[in-house]
Amino acid sequence: MKTTLILTSALCSLGLAAHAQNKEVNVVSWGGAYEKSQVEAYNKPFAEQTGIKVNMLAADNPATPLKAQVEAGNITGDVFDIEVSDAIRLCDEGALLQIDPAILPAAADGTPATDDFIPGALQECAVANIFWGTVIAFDSTKFPEDGKPSTAADFFDTAKFPGKRGLPKNPKRTLYLALIADGVAPDQIYEVLSTPEGVDRAFAKLDTIKQDVVWWEAGAQPVQLLADGEVVMATGYNGRFFDAMVGEGKPFEIIWDGQYMDMDMFAIPKGSPNPEAALEYLKFATAPEQLANQAKYIAYGPARKSSAALVGLFQDGKTEMAPHMPTSEEHMKTAIMDDPEFWADHSAELAERFNGWLSKN
Amino acid sequence: MANALDPHAAIVATAGGLDEGGTLRTADGQPLARALARSSRRARRRAFLLVLPLLLFILITFVVPIGQMLQRSVKNDGFSANMPQLSAWFHENPRGTEPDEAAWAALAADLSAAAQSRTIGVVGTRVNYDMPGTRSLFTSAGRKARGGIEPPYREAVLEMDAKWGDPKLWSVMREASSPYTSNFYLASVDRTRDDQGNIVSAPAQQQIYVKLFLRTFWLSLIITCTTFLLGFPVAHLLATLPTRKSNLLMILVLLPFWTSLLVRTTAWIVLLQQQGVVNDILVWLGVIGNDGRLQMIFNRTGTIIAMTHILLPFMILPLYSVMRTINPSYVRAARSLGATSWTAFRRIYFPQTLPGLGAGALLVFILAVGYYITPALVGGASGQLISNMIAMHMTQTLNWSMAAALAALLLGGVLILYWVYDRLVGIDNLKLG
Repeated sequence: MKTTLILTSALCSLGLAAHAQNKEVNVVSWGGAYEKSQVEAYNKPFAEQTGIKVNMLAADNPATPLKAQVEAGNITGDVFDIEVSDAIRLCDEGALLQIDPAILPAAADGTPATDDFIPGALQECAVANIFWGTVIAFDSTKFPEDGKPSTAADFFDTAKFPGKRGLPKNPKRTLYLALIADGVAPDQIYEVLSTPEGVDRAFAKLDTIKQDVVWWEAGAQPVQLLADGEVVMATGYNGRFFDAMVGEGKPFEIIWDGQYMDMDMFAIPKGSPNPEAALEYLKFATAPEQLANQAKYIAYGPARKSSAALVGLFQDGKTEMAPHMPTSEEHMKTAIMDDPEFWADHSAELAERFNGWLSKN
Repeated sequence: MANALDPHAAIVATAGGLDEGGTLRTADGQPLARALARSSRRARRRAFLLVLPLLLFILITFVVPIGQMLQRSVKNDGFSANMPQLSAWFHENPRGTEPDEAAWAALAADLSAAAQSRTIGVVGTRVNYDMPGTRSLFTSAGRKARGGIEPPYREAVLEMDAKWGDPKLWSVMREASSPYTSNFYLASVDRTRDDQGNIVSAPAQQQIYVKLFLRTFWLSLIITCTTFLLGFPVAHLLATLPTRKSNLLMILVLLPFWTSLLVRTTAWIVLLQQQGVVNDILVWLGVIGNDGRLQMIFNRTGTIIAMTHILLPFMILPLYSVMRTINPSYVRAARSLGATSWTAFRRIYFPQTLPGLGAGALLVFILAVGYYITPALVGGASGQLISNMIAMHMTQTLNWSMAAALAALLLGGVLILYWVYDRLVGIDNLKLG
């Protein structure tokens, strides 16, 4: 009797071990340099430490396949890297697993995760991994040394700083800039935007440069437009500009005025094929060291306070990353935080208004 | 039937024979009609089995998804499925009834139930489609209502947010309480419903879709015309040159056809942008000054140029295949009878190319109407098409019902054009090769 018990438990544990070895987790992210940074900083050490295989899949916006998979009832992804507004919306719609912040690893000094994450980085169903900024960059060869643009208002001043501007073709990352340039304080943006007069004001400001704007849609475009000399100033994602400046030696400069801060979060859909492995991955990836390590590969800020001190050099071995982080204290002074609730309410309406405005000549 | 004077009957009588009843029979004694029916049934069945894989393929990959899309454009049960009590109240009470305490009780009960089952977001999203800015009203009420709401319900709900008393909100909720709605189609043609449920024009700033539909069809028409003007001489040249030369030319037509769409589109950006190759050459030649560089891309012009190039092979190839079969002696005969070369072309040659032209024009037009990637990259503000709005609703606002309604209208427009084409030219005259 006793031997049978021992034998069965031994067999069971063998089976469990074998099971653990076959585990895998499917992560859906955004592709490009960002995905590469996640592979280096999260996936490789995770696979090494746990033996769980990580399959990385790329999507234009992972929230779209996530919604499609949930609606079709055929979920193939385990972890999705999505924006905050999508995380909140999908969570409210019951598509995501709730994540208890208590299970997340604490900081090295013992600070619990709930205090260590930057406010807003922990949502009911999602945990942030990076902060990224939409910033203004300009081609420094196009302006004299003593006459370079330095504020968001300069972006709209085509008399003083002649040349075309590059802007994204969506309301979320244009209206705020118009209001900042029009003199609205960063923390007042959403208050102003939630009134019809405020929206009119933003569009009126955009009207002043409408004829000088080249609209872009993909994140690689503003960098290309600047490099081609098609525009002299453009807004774009700070990581992309950093790549062009440090990685490719382009003569660009970033204006850290009125940067728009967004978060990317990890979420697990209800009914994912490997929920335990997914949760393991989420816990591992959002630990302080991993988040800090990611900054070695891309200029996006870690979502934890304790990671900031761990941020070191770029992968070229000489560029100090801390001053390039959108989350650095200096840059946060004039930053606008994304308001996911506002956009969940108004994105469709403002997108229609924006497109209507665009199609008018 | 068995009439000696009927030669047909006589032949049958000698070949198979007639029985006493006068029924035609085959050699082995089966009634001819039945044998014929059986053999033709067998042939029909075999033919059916041969096309069955294709039929299933079409059913699974075309009919079912298009059907689902059409259903989604009218059906959105996000509200009705998750707010059952309030939906029931709306069905029992006609429009115009002031919400009584029973209605507020139903609302309160549904809110806390939906919050507990985490479906309140679906409800809010559905209402937000028709009344922007209300999604957070539902989610925040849900958060507060999770523990249940105490009576009197009207005061309790209004205390959470005074917006709940808005008659417009109740009108929108009534609309949404039925799983089927025409609102997405209304929005697609820039219409909306007012508080009383009447159909009215959307606010001026929100009116974009009708304009974009018209622009899409107008630009597609222009692109069809330019591909015809550019493609016709090329197809003619291909069809009349000696084989060796025409093969070489054909490669020049096919090579871009095989090149990736994205590569060709970005190539046009390199060529046409303000600091691009074409502008550089013009400046170098002194045609334009350095500050007078032409804006040829990121606008409507860019969309037309790039899409004309990309769709040109779809015009040339059907034209070419039809022109190949036109006998040159017809034109020669016309010339020998005294026609000028223009008359010979106009009255003899051109009419014979019409089947190819019809096929090419239909192909180019339908492809152009649904084009997405090229206008997205080179269209700028004025060169966007309706497909870009469909993509926006699919990927950004995640309002798939709206995307489905727009797509259904686009599909309907193409079908109507197809029907008109059939009426005017006749679909039998279509020739692809």
